[in-house]
Amino acid sequence: MLLQYIPILVLSVIALGFAAAVLILTHVISPKVKDPVKLTVYESGLPPQMEARLRYPIRFFVVAMMFILFDVEVIFIYPWAVVYQQFLAYGSFIFWEMLLFIAVLFAGYLYLYKRGAFKWE
Amino acid sequence: MQGIPISHFLVLSAILFSLGVIGVTIRRNAIVIFMSIELMLNAVNLSFLAFSNYLNNVEGQIFVFMVMVVAAAEVAVGLAIIVAIFRLRETVHVDDIKLLKW
Amino acid sequence: MPIAIGTTDLISILPIAIVSLFGVYLLLQSVFAPRMNRILIPYLGILGVGLAVVGNFFLIGMEGTAFEGMVRVDRLTVVLNFLFLITAALSLLITISYHEGEHVEFLEFTPLVLFSTAGMMVMGSAESLMTIFLGLETMSIALYVMAGFRRTNRHSLEAALKYFLLGAFATGFLLYGMALTYGMVGSTNLTQIAQYFTQNALDVPLVALMGLALIIIGFGFKVALVPFHMWTPDVYQGSPLPVTAYMAVGAKAAGFAAILRVISLSAFSIAFQWSEILWVLAVLTMTVGNVVALVQDNIKRMLAYSSIAHAGYILVGVVASNDQTVPSVVFYLIVYLFMNLGAFAVATMVAGQNERRVNIQYYRGLGYTQPLLALAMAVFMFSLAGFPPTAGFIGKFYIFSAALQSGYVWLVILGVINSLISVYYYLNVVVAMYMQQPVDEKKIAPVLPGVGVVILVAVLGIVYLGIFPGTMLSVLR
Repeated sequence: MLLQYIPILVLSVIALGFAAAVLILTHVISPKVKDPVKLTVYESGLPPQMEARLRYPIRFFVVAMMFILFDVEVIFIYPWAVVYQQFLAYGSFIFWEMLLFIAVLFAGYLYLYKRGAFKWE
Repeated sequence: MQGIPISHFLVLSAILFSLGVIGVTIRRNAIVIFMSIELMLNAVNLSFLAFSNYLNNVEGQIFVFMVMVVAAAEVAVGLAIIVAIFRLRETVHVDDIKLLKW
Repeated sequence: MPIAIGTTDLISILPIAIVSLFGVYLLLQSVFAPRMNRILIPYLGILGVGLAVVGNFFLIGMEGTAFEGMVRVDRLTVVLNFLFLITAALSLLITISYHEGEHVEFLEFTPLVLFSTAGMMVMGSAESLMTIFLGLETMSIALYVMAGFRRTNRHSLEAALKYFLLGAFATGFLLYGMALTYGMVGSTNLTQIAQYFTQNALDVPLVALMGLALIIIGFGFKVALVPFHMWTPDVYQGSPLPVTAYMAVGAKAAGFAAILRVISLSAFSIAFQWSEILWVLAVLTMTVGNVVALVQDNIKRMLAYSSIAHAGYILVGVVASNDQTVPSVVFYLIVYLFMNLGAFAVATMVAGQNERRVNIQYYRGLGYTQPLLALAMAVFMFSLAGFPPTAGFIGKFYIFSAALQSGYVWLVILGVINSLISVYYYLNVVVAMYMQQPVDEKKIAPVLPGVGVVILVAVLGIVYLGIFPGTMLSVLR
């Protein structure tokens, strides 16, 4: 059964061999110029002005962090919303429980607000 | 997920987990190490979901919720620590952070 | 299917709820209260812990599970809750004295201690892998922040980074273990896991064993078992002293609480498969901790290695896995609480501003300049070394007798040899205090009331448990 795959094997060997041979050949026969300019960043012939990687202000990071934290909490609300109607018949606990959860989140929000996490200066 | 045996998911999860472990052990940038840890956690999530689907048991999915929320909290704290270190030391290379002997 | 949450459920988490709500309340206080009143926050934190202690009395006598099998309330839960709450209160007392000498705002410190304590109590009353995981992470994430609390100090930040990276790494292993266990058992409920392992005791599937092994690695990191201890000395040395004290006692006790909940419940039936791995871990942990502690000259590092060694002793009790395991381990944890918090309280006093005097050489002549402080430190050191009639001796005695009961003679012999090694470095401090001349003439600040209370409570606890261990043990049985 495996015999019928032999052509594929042969083909892969030839393909890989050809690719490897070309790579090695170009490496061997190509002229080599050792020059520091070759290693610099290509800027259409102009000398590079500065690092390509800028440092972002830390504020972006803080805001992104806050977003993730409050965003992820939503995943608890989805399953809650799905079963809400069904469970309401057995008492209002399901309502107060989510209210408490949101209240705790809100306390966290108030803390962040007062601590100045959202101030953009 | 119909028709795909659970072993496929578990093997993929194991591979991802191992990649994460390797990343933690060989990389030297604190951020990259941290990303590898996140990869480990997500590999675990995949395992949980595969088991949950296979066993027809919802506990695994709830567990994944918990892991995701905890991971988000961990990201916030971890990045804050890394930023604080960068401000003080101008590096996030774990080899440079070795005032305390091992 | 309705899920009925009744009063019983709510009472069973009463201490946890009080502590967490106080944490949220104090977090808001820390930003909304007028600047003058913010100094009161640690005291309010102690008040919250006190209320939780009162709430914990309602749990006495309860037996069973709550929240649809997520939380278990039994005698172990109650005792562990008391243990964690006392740790939190004493650590907050140390903090009050500590931050007077520091120029760091310790605003969020109290809420963090409370959150972390809530996490520990969740671990102690866990009945599901999920609860254990949530408790562990609540505790750990708060501890990561606390370790780096001296934000302008390089050592503190480095400790936070190491603790965080290695802690998150270990969490990955723990979770993978939980996933595998869940997959094999089909439930995250600890009782069902225990049943599964009992039923398949003769032929446990390899994947389930791997799951338990990975869980052990995760907990082993938290309680600093060799070879997962690499973070301990650095983190203990870099963290602010009250945090080190809190971490050394609370996190370790919580880790062992989780081990008792998972391993001792589910693995009693397969003890023969576990005992050999845990046996080796216990011996390694004791030996490495004690031998490396011999060469330390920093008191925080020395206590870090000593805490590793003590984790080894406690693990001996876990290895025994008989009906003596839970009482002896919990008794040791209580004793460990008093001796370690006491030692760290003295270290805080000696260290002074900015923790400049943490080397053992600064203890020289303390017996003459500060006789009471030195006497207390001597009591802690003798107890850590396990001299009778201190509580440290009784704790070790019960642990080792539990192991003997299960027939681990060699383990006990190695443990006793290790205790003898440890005498050297503990007595080193005592010798420095009483038999050497002071290294500098600078006076140590007088003992502040907060630390004074901690030291007093610790000494009384050690002496009481050392002379009358019967009461506590009968409670634990």
